[in-house]
This record gives sequence, structure tokens and C-alpha cells, in this order.
Amino acid sequence: MKGDFKVNTLLEINNLHTKVEDMQILKGLNLKINEGEVHVIMGPNGAGKSTLANTLMAHPKYTITEGNIIFEGEEINNLKADERAKRGIFLSFQYPEEVPGITVENFLRTSKSLTSANPISILNFRRLLKEKMALLKMDESYAKRYLNVGFSGGEKKKNEVLQMAILEPKLAILDETDSGLDVDAIKTVSEGVGLLSDSKRSIIIITHHNKILQYLKPDYVHILIDGKIVKTGTSELVHEVEKNGYEAYKNLN
Amino acid sequence: MEKRKKTYVHDVDRGVYDIKNEVKFRYKVKSGLDENVVKDISKQKNEPEWMTEFRLNSLKIYNEIKLPEWGPDISDLNIDKIITYIRPNTNMQGSWDKVPEDIKNTFDKLGIQKAEKHSLAGVGAQYDSEVVYHNIKEDLIKQGVVYTDMETAVKEYEPMVKEYFMKCVEPDDHKFAALHGAVWSGGSFVYVPKGVQVDIPLQSYFRLNAPGAGQFEHTLIIVDEGAKLHFIEGCSAPKYSVNNLHAGCVELFVKKDATLRYSTIENWSKNMYNLNTKRAIVEENATIEWVSGSFGSKVSMLYPTSVLKGKGAKCEYTGVTFAGEGQNLDTGAQVVHLAEHTYSTISSKSISKSGGVATYRGLVRMGKNARHSKSTVSCESLMLDDISKSDTIPVLDILNDEVDVGHEAKIGRISDETIFYLMSRGISEKEAKAMIVRGFVEPMSKELPLEYAVEMNNLINIELEGTVG
Repeated sequence: MKGDFKVNTLLEINNLHTKVEDMQILKGLNLKINEGEVHVIMGPNGAGKSTLANTLMAHPKYTITEGNIIFEGEEINNLKADERAKRGIFLSFQYPEEVPGITVENFLRTSKSLTSANPISILNFRRLLKEKMALLKMDESYAKRYLNVGFSGGEKKKNEVLQMAILEPKLAILDETDSGLDVDAIKTVSEGVGLLSDSKRSIIIITHHNKILQYLKPDYVHILIDGKIVKTGTSELVHEVEKNGYEAYKNLN
Repeated sequence: MEKRKKTYVHDVDRGVYDIKNEVKFRYKVKSGLDENVVKDISKQKNEPEWMTEFRLNSLKIYNEIKLPEWGPDISDLNIDKIITYIRPNTNMQGSWDKVPEDIKNTFDKLGIQKAEKHSLAGVGAQYDSEVVYHNIKEDLIKQGVVYTDMETAVKEYEPMVKEYFMKCVEPDDHKFAALHGAVWSGGSFVYVPKGVQVDIPLQSYFRLNAPGAGQFEHTLIIVDEGAKLHFIEGCSAPKYSVNNLHAGCVELFVKKDATLRYSTIENWSKNMYNLNTKRAIVEENATIEWVSGSFGSKVSMLYPTSVLKGKGAKCEYTGVTFAGEGQNLDTGAQVVHLAEHTYSTISSKSISKSGGVATYRGLVRMGKNARHSKSTVSCESLMLDDISKSDTIPVLDILNDEVDVGHEAKIGRISDETIFYLMSRGISEKEAKAMIVRGFVEPMSKELPLEYAVEMNNLINIELEGTVG
């Protein structure tokens, strides 16, 4: 019998193998994420963290050679990035692209109308944008600027979180959102992300340091080494890594 | 071995631009070019003798000058197969109700009547060789503004036409200027008197309907001292399997302290040779602003030229060229600085796709008297695939030391990473590309009145729809 307390699985990754230009990066990765959970994925450079993020978002250069990705009970291996976005997957980019001539506002309005089931009026959209920008301590003038053009590293990351706040995805993947940010910016961004987490929304935080974790409390922490998750634990694991480094986990592979 | 499948590239559906009407005409000359054809045109137009002489002299020059040895290949253009004059089956009307139904409907679908109602102060509409409709708002007439077709101007404003006609672009300039001088017909004449500010634009639209025909309209604009005008030129034609030719001529005289903005959205069909000549003579402290969008034609050779003749004269050029499959578009701005303290700013953007070739060919000449003058040239190209081509050929000709000339060129491909970024926000691949292209041409869209910016975006979408694979 299905009860009210049943936890729903949002994302299930089974035995995922991914290649990038003939290089095998992911080598049998397994991961299960339930609705409302916050997961952290840590690992050394080159372990496959960004590959996981890009594979989940269907970057055309990343090819799944084995295994599958199940989202809300359906395999999505063959769905393109835009189709995955429409189902509620969002990736906050490590290096967001600059798009001259397209304003943040126009871009977000297009994106919002494509990814939400119910149409939103221009007026309501502007209200929503204003509100979320205030939340992220972004000046309103950003709405009229060209997407990421001339933005500093920190501004680009904030803009990613702004997009996430507007689009309200079911699953948000934050790829090194904390890298390149100063302490204050990490705080603002983390608080922004924190405000978005609720019982329905799941978040994957990919990071190789722990600053962001001072603000966001994960349910699970995974250690990714050489294309596989080698250990899963709670927040405690973060401190363990801090103490021992990744070296200690390499033989677990 | 397995046989490779042939790829069929479907023609782009250009919607309203491809409306073909049955060819009805009051008169047409035989195809090809000789003295009799030229005399015939002049006679049909009931012209004064000096004009007939001018035409015959131009024909002589045409026969003496060779085709240019640079630029795109135009050897497929056979003038013997071109009908140089085809008068539509109507007189010029001052009311759309009097224009034949099929012609009226074509212009209606192209949005001319709607634009006339909402955003223009006057409209001229040419169909094949002659203007079928011309109208201008009453208050401009009261201020002495003249806006009529060239055929009428030759008769009613003869002294002025005689003084300015082909004095800015002379028949011996190049072969197609000579051809134009011999067989020109249609086009618009504008005179804005001293100090008159025409705040709402005038527009002439040139539509070529007949297959195998040429269009040789002449646009002559004189903006007198301290006056101001924005003139918009639009052109299109349905596609045929035979070659059509457009060798129009635009002569602009911008007097002391005057400002003229000349905007063009050109969307000829892809069987058109667009060998057009545009030139402005800019006097003291006057400004010419070109806004130039080239989307259509099989081959274009178009280099709007500004002669900065008076001290303090300025030129601003903003251009976008979009070359799709089978198109070779050779465009660029030329500025000749003749006086001191003259300024030019050129910003050109080109897009090429599906094997299209887009070339920027420009010239900045700083004459020996152009001391303390400044020119800035910026060319950016965006290639949408690996088979398209883009080239930048800027010529700087500097004859004195006291000038400041800057040139910047950037050639790039549309980035897969940017497409992925946009797709990750729910935008389809096709729309992502369109968005990037629209963003790329945004500096030009900004310069156009809203309706025309919308039309330009529409043209970009039509071109991108044609992408195969």
C-alpha cells in the first residue's frame, strides 16, 4: 500500500559509463537521489565530477557507453539537454557562457516560458525576477545587461543561481558553484541555494572544497574517484576528507 | 561499396516574399541591350532630349568598360537575356484603391500599407520598372518636402534633376553604373528644404515580379542645409529559375548641417544579381548614417560610399550581411575623407551558413586635406558551420599623417558550448542558434524602427529554417 510517507525516488543512476572524445571517464557510477535531498559529490581533480554534471545535462560531447539515467521513473539517456531542462533538470555551469545581444531578462523569460507548465504574464515575470534578484543581492540593472557579457566570475555564478531560482527545477546540479568566489559571495550564493531547497527539490552539489558546506547541510556526501563513487556517508565524511585527503580513498576503488 | 545517399537541400520557404503574380504589363522592351532598346525606354517615358542623350552616352560607356576583375563571379549573368524595362499595367496612383488588386495585395502582404498607417510619413511602391503608388503626408507637402517618383521628377523638377542626376555616381564609375545610366527607370526623388525636420521616416519599396527582368530604379535625395530625414528602402522578389538583375543607383546629397539616415532591408530572391551603387556626398558638419541589411540575392556587390567633403562631416555605417546556401554576398562600406575634422565609424557584421560566402570589402581613404580626421572600422563574422566562408578585405589608404585610423576584425564560429548552455535552459537547438544570431545582429536591430527590426528577425528565422541536418 502506498502511504503518505513513501519517499519518492527522483533520480537513479545505474552503472553509468561515459566517454569524452574516446576517454573513458565514468566507469560504473551508481547514485540514487530522493525528492528533497541534498547530495554532495566531492573528489580530486579529474575524478569525473564535471563529467557527471555534463552527462546528466546531456552535453553532446559526453557519450553514455553503458548504464542508464532514470528520472522520475523514466530512462532519459536519449533526451537532449532542452528536453531534460523541460522535465526539471538544471545545471549551474562552472563556466557560464557569454551571449552578446541577449539580455538576462529576455533570456530568462524565454527559458521560463519553455520550462514551466503554466504560462506566466510579463508583469508577473518581472515581479518574480525583481524579487529573486533582491534575494541574491543583485542590482536590478543586471536584468538589462547581456547574458554574462562582462560579468565577473562571481557575477556569473550569482546569475546561475538566479536562473535556478527563476526556473525552479526539480533537480539542480551545482557544478563548482563555489569556485572562484570570495567569502561574501559564497555566503550570498549559498543562502540563495538554501532558500530554494524544500521537501520537493533535490540538489547535487559538486565541489572540491568545503566552504559552501558551511551554509548548506547535505543529507549525503559521496566521494568520487576515478569515475566511481567509492564512499558514501553523512556530513562527517567532509571532515574526514579534510583530515585525510583523497589519497586514503584511492585504494577503495 | 554502399552507395552514398544524395542529400537534397530543400529551398527555403520564404513565405510572403515568394508571392508570384501573373505577369501583366502595359509595355515591355525586348530582352537584351542595344541603342533601340534604350531609345525605346526613353520614348515610352516621354523624356526630354537631354535625358535620351544621357542614356545613349551611358550605353556607349557601358560597351567600352570591362567587368570588374575582382569580387564574386558574375559570368553567368547574360545581359542579352534580361528585359530591362517592363512597365506595369497601371499608372502611378495616389490611393491604394486604384492600384490593381494583385499588386495591391502583394504590397499589403509585405506589410507596406500597415507601416504607412502607423509609422511612415510617406510611401513609394515600385512594381517591376515603375512606381505604382506614391503618397506623402499633407503637412510635409506644406513644408515644401518633395517625395515623388523619378519619372515625375524629371518633368516637374527638371532643373534640380538636371543639376544632380548621376553627378554623385557618374556613368563611367563602373560597368553597372553605365548600364544604370542607360536603362534606369522608377525610383524615388526626395527634396527636404532648408531647416525642415522630417521626424517620421519615408519609405520606398521595390518589388520585382517578372522573371528574367532587371530593376534599375534611381533614388535621388537632397537634404538641404540644416534639414533632417530618415529614408527607408525595402526590396524583394519571388524566386525564379532564370537570373534577374538589380542595378539600382542611390545618390544622396547631404548639405551643410543636415542629417540623413538611409536604412535598407534587402531581401532579393536567390536568382538575383544585386549590383547596386549607393553614394552620399556629405557637406560641412553634415551627417550620413547608413543602416544596411543584406539578406537576399545570389550575388551582391554593394559598397555604400560616403564622400566626406565638408569640414566636420560624419559618416556612421551599421551593416549586417547574411549569406545562406548558394549566396555570395560581397558588401562593405567605403568612406572618402576629403576635409579636415571628418569622422567615420563603420560597424559590419556578417553571418554565413550552409556554404554561403560573406565578404566584407571596405575602403577608408584619408585624403591629403583630411587632417585631424578619425575613422574606426569594426568587422565581425559568424560562421554557422564548417562549409561556409567569411572574409574581410579592408583597404586603408592614408595620404596624410595627422589622422587616427583604427581597424578591428573578428571571425568566429557559432560555439557548441553556447548552444549547449542555452539548451540546458529548455531552449531547442534551432532556437538557441537563432537566439545567438539575433544577439549577434542586435546592434543593427537597435538602429531600426521596431517593425523593421521585427522583419529582420523574421528574415533571420527564414534563413535558419533552411538549415538541413
